[in-house]
Amino acid sequence: MNWLFNLSFRHKIPLWTSFLISFSIFVVGAALMTRAYEDMKNAVVISAENLGHTLANTVAPTLLHDDVWRAFEIVRSPIRGESVKTPVQVDAVVVLGRDHKIFVSSDPDTLPMLTEAAALGADWRQLSERLSAPTGANWPLVLEPDNSGFLYLVLPVTDKDAQLGHLVLRYAKSVFHPWFIDTLWQGLGLGVLVLAVLIPINWYWGGRMAAPLVDLAQRMGTMPETVPQPLPPDLYPYDDELGQLFHAYDRMVLALRDKATLENEMVKSERLAAIGQLTAGIAHEINNPLAGLITVVDTLKLRGDLDPRALRSLELIDRGLTQIRDTVAALLVQTRVQARPLNQHDLEDIHTLIQPQVGKRRVQLEWSAAMPAELPAPASLVRQILINLLLNAVQAAGEGGHVSLWLGRKDGSESFLSIVVRNDGALLGEDQLAHLFEPFASTRASGHGLGLWVTYQIVTQLDGRIAARNIDGQVEFVVNLPLGEIPCTTASA
Amino acid sequence: MNQDAPILLPNRNRRRWLIDSGCFAAAGLIGLARKSQAAGGKLRVGMTPAFLHDQHSLLDEWRDFMAASLHRPVEFVQRDSYRETMDLLRLEKLEFAWVCDYPYLHLKDTVRLLAVPLYRGRPYYRSYLIVHKDNTQVHSIADLSGSVFAYADPYSNTGYLSPRYEIRQLGRDPASFFRKTFFTWSHRKVVEAVASGLAQGGAVDSYIRDTLLHVEPALASRTRVVWRSPEYGFPPFVSHRSVSVADFQIMQRHLLDTSQTDAGRRLLARLNLDGFTAGSPALYEGVARMMRAFGET
Repeated sequence: MNWLFNLSFRHKIPLWTSFLISFSIFVVGAALMTRAYEDMKNAVVISAENLGHTLANTVAPTLLHDDVWRAFEIVRSPIRGESVKTPVQVDAVVVLGRDHKIFVSSDPDTLPMLTEAAALGADWRQLSERLSAPTGANWPLVLEPDNSGFLYLVLPVTDKDAQLGHLVLRYAKSVFHPWFIDTLWQGLGLGVLVLAVLIPINWYWGGRMAAPLVDLAQRMGTMPETVPQPLPPDLYPYDDELGQLFHAYDRMVLALRDKATLENEMVKSERLAAIGQLTAGIAHEINNPLAGLITVVDTLKLRGDLDPRALRSLELIDRGLTQIRDTVAALLVQTRVQARPLNQHDLEDIHTLIQPQVGKRRVQLEWSAAMPAELPAPASLVRQILINLLLNAVQAAGEGGHVSLWLGRKDGSESFLSIVVRNDGALLGEDQLAHLFEPFASTRASGHGLGLWVTYQIVTQLDGRIAARNIDGQVEFVVNLPLGEIPCTTASA
Repeated sequence: MNQDAPILLPNRNRRRWLIDSGCFAAAGLIGLARKSQAAGGKLRVGMTPAFLHDQHSLLDEWRDFMAASLHRPVEFVQRDSYRETMDLLRLEKLEFAWVCDYPYLHLKDTVRLLAVPLYRGRPYYRSYLIVHKDNTQVHSIADLSGSVFAYADPYSNTGYLSPRYEIRQLGRDPASFFRKTFFTWSHRKVVEAVASGLAQGGAVDSYIRDTLLHVEPALASRTRVVWRSPEYGFPPFVSHRSVSVADFQIMQRHLLDTSQTDAGRRLLARLNLDGFTAGSPALYEGVARMMRAFGET
């Protein structure tokens, strides 16, 4: 039985409602059928009573005059042929004399005249006893003997005050049955018709009702491994409890997504911070002995007694050490610089500076810098950010590509400077996005992979934010920098 | 039953008519004033259960045929029992009537024999004792002692007088021989009573029962004839003694000539008769004898 309750609502709702509909139709049908049977019996009794009164009145003179044939013609008149089968069709009419002997009957073969009623079987014995009862009977006397296929209705035959005998009408219940079964079939047919209309409606409605629930259950089943998708907005556009539940679910999904994004960001920044710390630590550790080594090499080079071979080696060492210093210097992003505000000339300089690269790669550059004469942002750092991002974009865009710059204050904000750089080069993969701002994360053959790292470090140290994403088939970098007092000193990474 | 067999009775009867017409010419003259209808007026003919009198289309056809032939309006007056027709004759409400032989003898002072139908070529018929076809126990009326019995009419010869006479011949009292008897007031209904099982036996006119075998075979074949009586004179057409000689002769001529025309023969075929003969009261001697046996004259 448990499996029934474990069924999906998709099946359970239609099944239960179908069951309820069928049950209701059955109960109502059964009640109506019972009522129909009773009504039919009443109709038979009423019809029998009418017929009985007429026959009793017309048959009375024949009893008085002992006119058997006339009486036979009268009692036979309501009997019709075999073909006529209605429940109100009388089966036999019998006139009993005062002595309870048959005076005449419509069926002399089975109910011959002059026969004692009591000798005709259990039904008639019972009927005869009822008629002999001293208390008398209420007319019409309706008799439905047990285990009998017949229903009897008895009326007295009287002339003036004298009772001449009794008129008995016999109805075969077997005639009721086909009629009743006809009615039953009609009822069943109607019931099936109603079911045929209701069940599909019910399945459709039940399915519609269950579909959002099933969808919801499926989506919630994927939690907490993944954040589920919100429900389609047209799935259940109503405001009942179900609708409210779906709204609540959607709000929850949105909250979960925000939380997941936030967590992702946090993990990323924490990782980057950790990498920054590690890098700074290593750089310091390298810098100290490196400074000594460079000094030693410089000193050695100043000596004039070195043979050319040793001198070449020293120069080799010197170039290597210088490369190490440059690299370490690049890792150790220093934002402690003399700060002057950013002005129009800085942008013109940058435009000029990147022109050789743009020209070389025949990149289309779109330049949109809307800024006042001066902005309270550290000029040299912003310049570095812009050069890094633009060169990066030109590299990414490739031959004949397209690069755009937008610089300004977003929505007229007084407190933020926004820089948006886009290129139409290859889009960034999921993996690239996750590690974009880490050092040596470059996917290009050329470049040391420190440009974005440095940019990130600068932006972070300026309390700004940098983000990269794929949008409209382009790769977009967005930098937001807080405006205000130009920091004189910042922590070095 | 050869139709060509010489029948002397009509000739004898014709002589009798001459005498009768002589006698009744005076009576007719006397009754002329009150018998206005007899002189060119409507002729009223009483129809009794002597034949299948509930075949209304046949009766209509016969009446139209008669009216056309006589050039006189004709009215058929139907009654359900011989008694009522006999009363109408007595009351002079009828000029002519087709009655049973037994009422004819009862009314012989009131009516004259007009014509006798020829059944199977002869003016005779019998009484049949019938039982249900499934009843194979009964071979004679003696076997029906203590049963329920259907008579046709108390003024019917074949349906009442003849079977009672037969019981009397057995040395039994007809009043107590059967357990119960009743009248159906029609020969056809005797057949019906026996066929339906209401009565175990019945006495019926042989002409009617045999005709029914053609007209209503389903009904008639449910009965079986167990005994046939001797022949009796066929139920005659009679005229009231007050009917003028002219009318008497016109009607008699019409009846006797029925078989001469196509229309008449068609009608006779439907009636299952062969024609009419003038007949003679002597035909009914057998009935008179039975009546005398019961103390009736």
